[in-house]
Amino acid sequence: MRPVQYNPKIKTVEAPASFMGEGFMATNFDKVIGLARKNSIWPLPFATSCCGIEFMATMASHYDLARFGSERVGFSPRQCDLLMVMGTISKKMGPVLRQVYLQMAEPRWVLSVGACACSGGIFDTYSVLQGIDQIIPVDVYVPGCPPRPEAILDGFMKIQELVGKESLRRRTGDQYKALMTEYGIQ
Amino acid sequence: MSLTNEIVKQRLVEKFGDQLTDWQEPYGMLTFAAPKDLNLKVLQFLFDDEALHFKFLADLQAVHYPDRKGEELAVVYHIHNLRDNLRIRFKVYTDIQKPDVYSATALFAGANWMERETYDFFGVNFVGHPNLIRVLNVDEMDYFPMRKEFPLEDQTRIDKDDEMFGRGGSLGYGTQMGGHHDTIPEDEKLDQSKEI
Repeated sequence: MRPVQYNPKIKTVEAPASFMGEGFMATNFDKVIGLARKNSIWPLPFATSCCGIEFMATMASHYDLARFGSERVGFSPRQCDLLMVMGTISKKMGPVLRQVYLQMAEPRWVLSVGACACSGGIFDTYSVLQGIDQIIPVDVYVPGCPPRPEAILDGFMKIQELVGKESLRRRTGDQYKALMTEYGIQ
Repeated sequence: MSLTNEIVKQRLVEKFGDQLTDWQEPYGMLTFAAPKDLNLKVLQFLFDDEALHFKFLADLQAVHYPDRKGEELAVVYHIHNLRDNLRIRFKVYTDIQKPDVYSATALFAGANWMERETYDFFGVNFVGHPNLIRVLNVDEMDYFPMRKEFPLEDQTRIDKDDEMFGRGGSLGYGTQMGGHHDTIPEDEKLDQSKEI
């Protein structure tokens, strides 16, 4: 007998609530697309300092971000769904971050990791942006200085929750447009 | 023969006489001040003189002394003799209303970015610099942040609790009021009468 072990306890994602019959299944697009999106998020790491090191641990085998369907960390904003901002963003870096955000295609989400990205952190000084939400909209904030990988994963799961539940009409809605206008986008 | 501070000082005094002032040696580093019109002449002399041989500009920055009226800004040069491994420091003072100082870029190419940085943070106008624009801060910045009249803290912050950042607040950190408060609660103080 070959010494091969199989894991019989593999968990797969639950199918959405649906109406099923012989050879067909009917559900709504929101749920199916949300399900597909939330389990295949391509993150774009925008790491500028120590939180970036925590992200590297998050991405590596021990914490393994790939378990959440994010095996593919992209480095082109045009291909990615989630902008993960990790680290201090100086005012001079602000326009660069904004440019990266603008290059991402809709639908896009932003995860702000660490005290500096969320609020400027200890860098309460003339050269540092006091929170990236001054220039781009943020979906989830992960506090900590730096946050542990578990916290980053928790923030990531919150993003997944948002992605999974998002209505397909949200991005064309008035509220979203108003939000973008507030940031001077479009 | 190794070069010493005494020899450097002697050579400089021979050349410039009593125009050079404020001779000091903090931590063994020879320091002196010169009139600001003389800065290039002193640098050139230190560079060219065969015995002195100070051919490396190690650092260049400014200091703001708000209390020294008429000479608020000091431009500080650190120059190094790589042959004898000796470093000296020399300062020129300038009025903050007219902070013009001759640029050392013709003598030291490395002064280019250092002077831009000094301009960026202190607003020293280096006359003769080929490209005197900001180098570290955002181009839109309309003040010189390291001058003492500007607060270090970012003025656009909106969600920070001053008390948590060691200033102002109900305890008056950093104000005169702060001095009257004790930071240790009364019941947590050591009872000195019980000490042996």
